[in-house]
Amino acid sequence: MSIPLEYYLVLSAFMFVTGVTGVLTRRNAIVVFMSIELMLNSANLSMVAFSSFMGNSAGQVFVFFVMTVAAAEAAVGLAIIIALFRNKVSLNIDEVNIMKW
Amino acid sequence: MNLEIVLFIIFSGIAAVTAVLMITRKNPIISALFLVLNFASLAGLYLVLNAQFIAVAQVIVYAGAIMVLFLFVIMLLRPGEEKLMDFKPVLKIFAIALSAVVLLQIIYMIFLTGPGAAMTPVLESSIKAGTIEQIGRELFTTYVLPFEAAGFLLLAATIGALILAKKKFE
Repeated sequence: MSIPLEYYLVLSAFMFVTGVTGVLTRRNAIVVFMSIELMLNSANLSMVAFSSFMGNSAGQVFVFFVMTVAAAEAAVGLAIIIALFRNKVSLNIDEVNIMKW
Repeated sequence: MNLEIVLFIIFSGIAAVTAVLMITRKNPIISALFLVLNFASLAGLYLVLNAQFIAVAQVIVYAGAIMVLFLFVIMLLRPGEEKLMDFKPVLKIFAIALSAVVLLQIIYMIFLTGPGAAMTPVLESSIKAGTIEQIGRELFTTYVLPFEAAGFLLLAATIGALILAKKKFE
């Protein structure tokens, strides 16, 4: 416990912002999806850091639920990407505008 | 300099560098492999934070299951067309500038409020909070309803993924 809590939070903030940059700049649907996973993980890191510094396992239980949701999200999201690829034969999210009115 | 600081520097350095490499590589397979490395170093950081169960779950669920699923889909769809997807440079510069402003803002807020000063970390209670025994007890007493809901969510996701992937498009 010799490392201040702030260092973990700064690392978590850096990873979150990197994920945001990935979502904003990349056009490949799978890479955008992986950037979202990166953002989920940065939130997990700060929750585990707080939980460990407070000596309370509620934060780690919450991280467990976030992992469950991330697994469900990855399964459904990749199924959508496969359906999209079959339909349009492209992974470029700029070309996917069929829901635009 | 004790072992904890050395491990923190190694793992946080790997995590930060691989996160940047992940979003800058052109080939999505290389991006996915850097993301696996990022998740593995996060598991190391969880061990430094005395969260044993979460560290193991991170390796099994994220670096194992989810990333294998990603690699499977990438290799199935053979996306080698990233060069054709030109990202507009103006948009890119704007996105990076926006992210830098947000990062500086968050760091400023972290050091302004200083949440670490408000809590006194005790090593024994921190180790106890991270054991699978303690997390399992919390999960099956206080959080039993969210636990069942998570199981239901996974069932729904399985059925949804099956239906989405099976559907034929004309």
